[in-house]
Amino acid sequence: MENCFHCGDECRTTVIAHDNKSFCCNGCKTVFDILNDNDLSYYYDLEQTPGTTPFFQEGKFDFLENEKITAQLLEFNEQGTQVVSLLIPTIHCSSCIWVLENLNKLNPAVKTSQVDFPKKTVRITFSSEELTLQNLVILLSKLGYEPYISLDDATKKSSKVDRSLIYKLGVAGFAFGNIMFLSFPEYFEVNEFWLDKFKPIFRWLMFAFALPVAFYSGRDYFVSAYKGLRSKILNIDVPIAIGISVLFIRSTIEILFDLGTGFFDSMSGLVFFLLLGKFFQQKTYAFLSFERDYKSYFPIAVTRLLKNNASKTEEQAQVYELKKGDRLLIRNAELLPVDAILIKGNALIDYSFVTGEAEPIIKHSGEHLFAGGRQQAGSIEVEVLKPVEQSYLTQLWSNEIFSKNNQSSFQSLTDSISKRFTISLLLIAIIATTVWLFIDISIALNVFTAVLIVACPCAIALAAPFTLGNLLRIFGRNKLYIKNSSVIEQMSHIDTVVFDKTGTLTTSTKNTISYEGITLTKEEESLLTSTLRASNHPLSRSLYAILDKNNIQTLDDFKEDVGQGITGVINKQKIKVGSFNYVEKDAKIKNNQIQQRTAIHISKDNKYKGCYVFYNEYRAGVKDVFNTLSKTANIVILSGDNEGEKEHLKTILPKHATLLFNQKPEDKLNYIKQQQQNGKTVLMVGDGLNDAGALAQSNVGISISENVNIFSPACDGILDASKFKDITSFLSLSRKGVTIIKYAFIFSLVYNLIGLGFAVTGHLKPVVAAILMPLSSISIVVFTTIATYFSGKQLNNKTNVS
Amino acid sequence: MSIIYMLLAISVIVALVFFAAFIFSVKSGQFDDTYTPSVRMLFEDEVIKSKSTKPNIKTTKKPIIFKDQLK
Repeated sequence: MENCFHCGDECRTTVIAHDNKSFCCNGCKTVFDILNDNDLSYYYDLEQTPGTTPFFQEGKFDFLENEKITAQLLEFNEQGTQVVSLLIPTIHCSSCIWVLENLNKLNPAVKTSQVDFPKKTVRITFSSEELTLQNLVILLSKLGYEPYISLDDATKKSSKVDRSLIYKLGVAGFAFGNIMFLSFPEYFEVNEFWLDKFKPIFRWLMFAFALPVAFYSGRDYFVSAYKGLRSKILNIDVPIAIGISVLFIRSTIEILFDLGTGFFDSMSGLVFFLLLGKFFQQKTYAFLSFERDYKSYFPIAVTRLLKNNASKTEEQAQVYELKKGDRLLIRNAELLPVDAILIKGNALIDYSFVTGEAEPIIKHSGEHLFAGGRQQAGSIEVEVLKPVEQSYLTQLWSNEIFSKNNQSSFQSLTDSISKRFTISLLLIAIIATTVWLFIDISIALNVFTAVLIVACPCAIALAAPFTLGNLLRIFGRNKLYIKNSSVIEQMSHIDTVVFDKTGTLTTSTKNTISYEGITLTKEEESLLTSTLRASNHPLSRSLYAILDKNNIQTLDDFKEDVGQGITGVINKQKIKVGSFNYVEKDAKIKNNQIQQRTAIHISKDNKYKGCYVFYNEYRAGVKDVFNTLSKTANIVILSGDNEGEKEHLKTILPKHATLLFNQKPEDKLNYIKQQQQNGKTVLMVGDGLNDAGALAQSNVGISISENVNIFSPACDGILDASKFKDITSFLSLSRKGVTIIKYAFIFSLVYNLIGLGFAVTGHLKPVVAAILMPLSSISIVVFTTIATYFSGKQLNNKTNVS
Repeated sequence: MSIIYMLLAISVIVALVFFAAFIFSVKSGQFDDTYTPSVRMLFEDEVIKSKSTKPNIKTTKKPIIFKDQLK
């Protein structure tokens, strides 16, 4: 078997030999020719088989003729120059970067193009007089780099990147280093004449460096502490804010009255380490979005039919502009963005994304079509019933769950410990001060501030960010992409796991097919494959893919009744393939069992032969996942599908699992809500838009995706489908993470006790604080990093072995 | 020993210059995409080589536009 020189796929049906190389299809060959002719063959030297097969559909980008639409996509449009940023999901290697950045060799109208690899976008500047956006997009598509343009692009305006954390971190680090230098002479307390002379200027310089740290870098902690206090929560930022302000005020007073050096070094170090933890905690995946709603799937425009005196004209209209009564033309493989009535044509609508129902549904003219369905057979004409915002599917997003922020209800481990910590800290400070008031009044105030300074929970505040940040990266390497670190903490509390069926437990692409009935002869098989070859129906395609394709003959006659079946004739032998009613006129043998299953029936010369039955293929390791999960959690399956698979599912599920079928998107959401009201912590694993509500309602919503770059609804995490079997490992690792945090708490409390020993006895010198604080922070960071590394290693080993 | 004042001033100014450079580089988005430039850096040589061996190819070619071929 040869592999395609361009895309590296196996050349299955046809091999095109060209220029001493073989190609799997004409598309790949064309791309090779274009690149070769334009002196861009370096593309193939950079990486082996870098290409992607172009799937180009004529008319797909006709909507870019509409200037209103292009205006929404363009970033800049003036004086004949246009700038556009396009999302290209197929960008995957250095060859891709190279060819996209050398677009001007293909078309000189392109001035510059710059790829952002992590985001998978390309930003192109081109001359609008020589090249239209439409032609640019077509050029890219022809090369196999088809931009993904959706309704989302029309609404979002350029969002500003928030870099304030990096600035704050920079300021704190800069000040920390300089203050350390300036306070060095004082650490050793050498009573040298010249050093004493320069003490004041050194100290005032330190004060100057400390100002931006306290008022700019540390601002978030004050704000958060204030917010916490106002809602009567003692979060971890309260003792931190107390610590920072006591450090700053005491140091300033010391300098002002020439009492000492102050603790500016410790203060800036504290803020620097805290911000470092915050920075480490946020690991973002630029190429993923966790906030998607229906807009990311819907097209930006559709073909609207206008009636002018009996003659029909086509027009590209924006989806938001559609009104009730508009006539639309939906082509093959296009998505219907609105609820509509079918007027003309045969509709075979694939609702798998909306309802989870795996099979396309046949609709006849006059029937209702819901938004979100994908047309599978030829063009249809429809009349709009409701505009896009009011359609059945998009109404799901008006549910309150999408507008409220459910994170706030979750109390993290750090917050729960900080309450006890803050109260005991204040108690110690007050007791120590009262005791000193009787012994030595002059030291009492010093002791009070020293306790607050040394007990500042820097190490406690760092334990969670570094542990969770590490886990976030380990998960990312194992292809579970988590939105933020608090999700991992929630994952450790999960006691109920809800699965969607279609696309989550089952693969969305492959089907297991078995034949039942009278065995077909060689001749009949050849007749069957030749007939199937001509059909575009998804079921025929998947059946054709598994059949022997050695003796394909030319058909004498072929007829396709869309949604019914196909008829093929060779040498006066007639074969009918399709639904039961189509192949067998007298429905004597008909029974319910046949009806429930997905099958292709076959008859030859009007004699019923048998049928190919399609089974959903379950993902590898589903049974193991269920077995391991059932030890720690309840398992629930909510399926939008019919009950056809119920018996089969029961065999792989543990006994006490719950199975519910025919669940609408709202039903799933409400089921989870009800479970939560019963005190359960729910993990939802789903895939399609139909699970969007459930994913948002659940404590942790993970969406399974075959291709992580595109299809995934709003969720807390995206799991690569190939890693489905590792779900249990991820859950147990998150539980281990929480244990690590707890150990780190104990660890840092020991440091605090040592520091308190110094503080309570009135011996806290700036140099002790300057050593103790970074030491405790760094050792916590080292401890959590090593601990998570070893826990993560177990996960890696496990996946490698299995 | 009053030279200390000058040394202090110089050291603070040098530190501030580097700090400003850092702020500027963050602001201009240099840290937004840390991967692509590392790959792009490796292309440069090859592009120049292919240009020098086959000159004028760019100017003689017609721009590729597929619209006409499609219809």
